[in-house]
Amino acid sequence: MSTMTQTSGAGTYLDAFSELEQRGSKQPEWLRSLRQEAFASFCDTGFPTIKDEAWRFTSVAPISQTVFSLPEAGPSGVTRAEVEAFRIDGTACSLVFVNGRFAPELSDQPKLAAGVHAGSLGEALAGDTGALELQLGLKLALQNDAFSSLNTAFIEDGACIRIARGTVLEAPIHLLFLSTGAEEPLMFHHRNLIVAEANTQVGIVEEHISLADGVTFSNVVTELIAAENAVASHYMIERKNRQSFHVATLRIQQERSANVSSHSFLLGGALVRNNVHPVFAGEGGECLINGLFIGEDRQHLDNYMLVEHASPRCNSHQYYNGILNDHAHGVFHGRIIVHKDAQKTDSKQTNRNLLLSDDAQIDTKPQLEIYADDVKCTHGATIGQMDDNALFYLRSRGLDENAARSLLLFAFAGECTGRIKPGPVRAHIEKLVRRALPKIIANGEAGDGGEREDKGRNWEEVG
Amino acid sequence: MAMLEIRNLHARVNKQEILKGINLDINAGEVHSLMGPNGSGKSTLAQVLARRETYEVTEGEVLFNGKDLLAMKPEEAACEGLFIAFQYPVEVPGISNSYFLRAALNAQRKYRGEEPIDAIDFIPLLKEKMKLLEMDERFQSRAINEGFSGGEKKRNEIVQMAVLNPSLAILDETDSGLDIDALKIVSQGVNAMRSPDRAIVMVTHYQRLLDYIVPDFVHVLAGGKIVKSGGAELALELEREGYGWIEPALAGAR
Repeated sequence: MSTMTQTSGAGTYLDAFSELEQRGSKQPEWLRSLRQEAFASFCDTGFPTIKDEAWRFTSVAPISQTVFSLPEAGPSGVTRAEVEAFRIDGTACSLVFVNGRFAPELSDQPKLAAGVHAGSLGEALAGDTGALELQLGLKLALQNDAFSSLNTAFIEDGACIRIARGTVLEAPIHLLFLSTGAEEPLMFHHRNLIVAEANTQVGIVEEHISLADGVTFSNVVTELIAAENAVASHYMIERKNRQSFHVATLRIQQERSANVSSHSFLLGGALVRNNVHPVFAGEGGECLINGLFIGEDRQHLDNYMLVEHASPRCNSHQYYNGILNDHAHGVFHGRIIVHKDAQKTDSKQTNRNLLLSDDAQIDTKPQLEIYADDVKCTHGATIGQMDDNALFYLRSRGLDENAARSLLLFAFAGECTGRIKPGPVRAHIEKLVRRALPKIIANGEAGDGGEREDKGRNWEEVG
Repeated sequence: MAMLEIRNLHARVNKQEILKGINLDINAGEVHSLMGPNGSGKSTLAQVLARRETYEVTEGEVLFNGKDLLAMKPEEAACEGLFIAFQYPVEVPGISNSYFLRAALNAQRKYRGEEPIDAIDFIPLLKEKMKLLEMDERFQSRAINEGFSGGEKKRNEIVQMAVLNPSLAILDETDSGLDIDALKIVSQGVNAMRSPDRAIVMVTHYQRLLDYIVPDFVHVLAGGKIVKSGGAELALELEREGYGWIEPALAGAR
């Protein structure tokens, strides 16, 4: 049953959808019908409410009650010089997207090794001869997933990466999604398709950055298909401005013996939802699901993990750490489904949280559904404050309180960055985390005096 | 002027008065031993000097090189040259010994207006001190005290002391729980630091430590006061007679 809010929420997307329908004349017929089905599914489902189990702790009313427009086509006005600061040394290539569209003039695309294709999904769709039809969206269950439906309805651009059988790409691929400011709220529905064929190795960094103030809603879906014995690492870095709504969905399909790691770092945004959904479709798969969320002010950072063990002898290990200050609200919901045939599953889940203020809040919830009888599943969550004894110990050696706090926080965050393979991506993320922490410490200090102004949020919590 | 002057110090924890008027002068170059039965206030005194906030000073004053120690934060006391080797060193996961110790040393150097020391100069210094305490070099990259045995933690405290080079070192029951080999190693480390510019205060239960580190002065604490002071021979007397013979003195303190 849809409520009034939901239908009106869906209704505001109809104009944008019709506009896109007219614009997208180049699209293949299969895509047109995929999108129409997705839009119909979105209209049926409507936005979730806190009555939905998967959204119990997060109200998306701020999104459903805002009217967002698609960005206009045309030059972005972003210069290469602006982009340089965001590049990571040692990558194979960097693909830059501005307001949802591929910007080749801002991208670095040196000639890639044979067997590696990395480019725009929009271009790939325009020239598609049927290959994409077999992969795009096939593994997404759109019923009951409003955001993935909406994304699919609005597929226009994103990254399309294909690593051909047996190819090992050691340097990571950097995807930079930039948004510029605008008068009116803008929405982007980035769609990424990453296909790692059998016996390949690839690393993808997906980074979301706001270049200016402005309300945006980015609704990202990344499909990662890891074929037999493929080794794939995905890094999601979200550092948008404090007016941004960000919904990211990573759908991982793992075939036999595929080894995937997903690393998520939520460092910005107003309302952020991070969905990670691996499915073990073949025996002997391994998946590391690692993440860190750092929130302050009134940020709301929600992590929803759905790990599906559909085959025997697969390992999944989830580790998420949260650091929350001020009135920030964090959520970790770790759902593990072990299907009947998935014997010898080894699934582990750990969520550790540090609350730095009295008003910070965390909801952590394990949800295990086990239908096999010979499995090992463990879960654990901790919520705590900074250890006063450790703080005193560091200070007794001469470190001032701020330095001691930042060292302890960095150590806590370091549990997550430490799970990334040493190299340029880890160095990049460590730098960003290090930069995010002193801010939190300085705020904590000011907060003690009660003098700091509460900036408030530009949206209301409903429900 | 003595390096440390403690005048009529009263302190309490959870509303319970533990220190009831401590008076003590400690000069540079001296080694003092604070002894006394459980609950006499030895460790409380050490913690108050280290500026732990859980201990509330209700009366008295403490001057450290002429400055008001009780007005200092823990890090200020450290930067002024005070070091305490803790009875129960804290485990701090995620921060390596060498990173932490260099950060601490540089915080102190900065306080004194000195240039920071870089890793290239620091590592040999750390290795030298670790060798003195017979600690494996691998400990430098391990997290602070994490998974260390009791003896390893105590030795690590002395390594920190040797690197930070304080003018006043307080060892809070550093000998407790050590086997004889570890005790010898720790004592050797402490003795190597005896100097005319430095004062050392050892809080201990056991006379055994004093066989290896011979103090200039021994003080007996009971009921939150110093009830007797003497030379090294006082410790031997305590060892022989127990604390029973100070009972009359103790009664007097009450």
